[in-house]
Amino acid sequence: MDLIESYKEELKLIRKPWTKFWVGLLILFVLLLPWYSPEHVTHICIIIFIYSIGALGQNLLIGYTGQISFGQNGLLAIGAFTFGHLVGHSIPWPLAMISGGLAAGLFGLVVGFPSLRLKGPYLAIATMGFGVAVYQTFVNSETLSGGRMGLLIKKLTPVFSLSPTNFNYYFNLFMAAIFLLLTYNIVSSYMGRAFVAIRDNDIAAEVTGVNLVRYKLLAFFISSFYTGIQGGLYALFMGYVEPNMFTFMESITLFVAVIVGGLSSVEGAILGAAFIVIVPQLLSQYKGLVPVVYGLTIMLILIFEPMGLYGRWMKMRLYFRNWPFR
Amino acid sequence: MRILQYTVTGLASGSIYALVALGLSLIYRSNRILNFGHGDMATAGTFFAFIVAGLGIPLMGSFGLGLLFGFGIALLFYFCALVPAQRRNANQLGQIILTLGFGLILQGGIIYFGGTEPKTFPFFLSDSKTYKTGGLIIDQLSLGTLLIGLLASLFFYLLIQKTKIGLAMRATSENLTAAQTLGIPTRRILALSWGLASALGVLAGLFLAPALLLDPFFMLEPFLKGFAAAILGGLNSLPGAIVGGLILGVAESLAGAYISVAFKNTFAFLVIILVLLVRPEGLLGEEFKERV
Repeated sequence: MDLIESYKEELKLIRKPWTKFWVGLLILFVLLLPWYSPEHVTHICIIIFIYSIGALGQNLLIGYTGQISFGQNGLLAIGAFTFGHLVGHSIPWPLAMISGGLAAGLFGLVVGFPSLRLKGPYLAIATMGFGVAVYQTFVNSETLSGGRMGLLIKKLTPVFSLSPTNFNYYFNLFMAAIFLLLTYNIVSSYMGRAFVAIRDNDIAAEVTGVNLVRYKLLAFFISSFYTGIQGGLYALFMGYVEPNMFTFMESITLFVAVIVGGLSSVEGAILGAAFIVIVPQLLSQYKGLVPVVYGLTIMLILIFEPMGLYGRWMKMRLYFRNWPFR
Repeated sequence: MRILQYTVTGLASGSIYALVALGLSLIYRSNRILNFGHGDMATAGTFFAFIVAGLGIPLMGSFGLGLLFGFGIALLFYFCALVPAQRRNANQLGQIILTLGFGLILQGGIIYFGGTEPKTFPFFLSDSKTYKTGGLIIDQLSLGTLLIGLLASLFFYLLIQKTKIGLAMRATSENLTAAQTLGIPTRRILALSWGLASALGVLAGLFLAPALLLDPFFMLEPFLKGFAAAILGGLNSLPGAIVGGLILGVAESLAGAYISVAFKNTFAFLVIILVLLVRPEGLLGEEFKERV
């Protein structure tokens, strides 16, 4: 949209002074929100932050690299349970969190291996099979899942005399911000361009010198790492994990987030995460309608607005910028 | 002898998988789409049959209505969602997502109209009445399932290999544009294959419901296993789907008997991953060819 004259300019996160202003205002708003909003709004925001990490990772895989994955629920479960077991063995939580992410990442590599030979629908089934297999393994094995009650996890003690909700808000906001910046950096680096090249045409990408094996597996590893961290954070926030938190529906939910937000847009992933958290909250009286709303939304978006919410936002901006011309 | 018994039990559940897999590969062959809403279409048809039977319509009639309902919703999906999306150049991922979205809508509808509490399904075959032949025990329901699986396979063989419609279906799946040029009404043919596939799913659901309890998610597992079976046999091969379903059923039953009952259900998914890694085109499928 804008004229970019140098590579350095391309790498800049924010290109215009006015954007800087609006982003600053947004950050200020997000920082001050818990002090002025009722507690349940803060609570919803916390869950949005947690989900946006997974949605960002999933978007890197689906939106940027173009590989379908329906195995996210398995990776979430692996991340959450690794975290839970390690914390239970009194390993400090940052270490446990990273190990949870890494464990999910390693399993993501295993899921990614078929992607070297398979495309589209086949990959969807392979990953779906993985997700269901992991879920059933956790359901069937009490040593892994911590029995019928699930695994209890000690919550973090708030610092700076914050209330627990506010503390969790800032903690998860911080984590989400880290992953948001990480994603921006990945997308604008060589790695991100390699991902996009693989999505657009993998043979052409290989011809131009992208190492297909390395970057496909890397995409799976990174996205699974994100998902594992999401699982760990969710477990930490809830204070327990049990296998039924990670049914196949959870994969679909993350998938819906990516589609609704907009494929291959970082901001879209966060909008999508907000969508999948807020819709069940609004429909808490009519639980059965949640899948209907999800289904209708993704169908309508696919038919009428394939770029998702973010695409709509860009189109609106373009319209106002060019007004009165079209 | 025990091994034979497990094989027979496996064949019965395998024929359910075969029916589901047949529907999946029917759609995949002609549209190059994996139908992620297949399980929900089947559940919707089965629920419709259940509700209609509750209104006092004889069982056979309500089964027929259930099959018709399944056929109808598939047509609805094809004409109201898939065709508009294809007009707007939706890619393959997009079309898969459409089926997923439709499945979610159906799921919500089933929960709304059918409720989530499990129900017992009225049926004319019982699973407690058994027949014994030479040491083999088989219950009436399994025998019926096995028979219906075979009949449906035979019906599809005749339909696709011996009739004019079947010829048109084969032509359409071989080369869409060429078929159009030759005057085959491809859209109608594709719609027909969607409807038939969905009806097959409902058929599987009708024969599965009496063995399990009827609840909105009862088709999820057979549907995933139908996927596994279709992959095992080769996604674009109809005989492959049937063979894959039967093999998967038997293998699963044997694995449950001799390895571990708890991991009987996980077995199918290991099969998917293994097959995809070793021979992605499946047992009877054609090898992938790709041009740059």
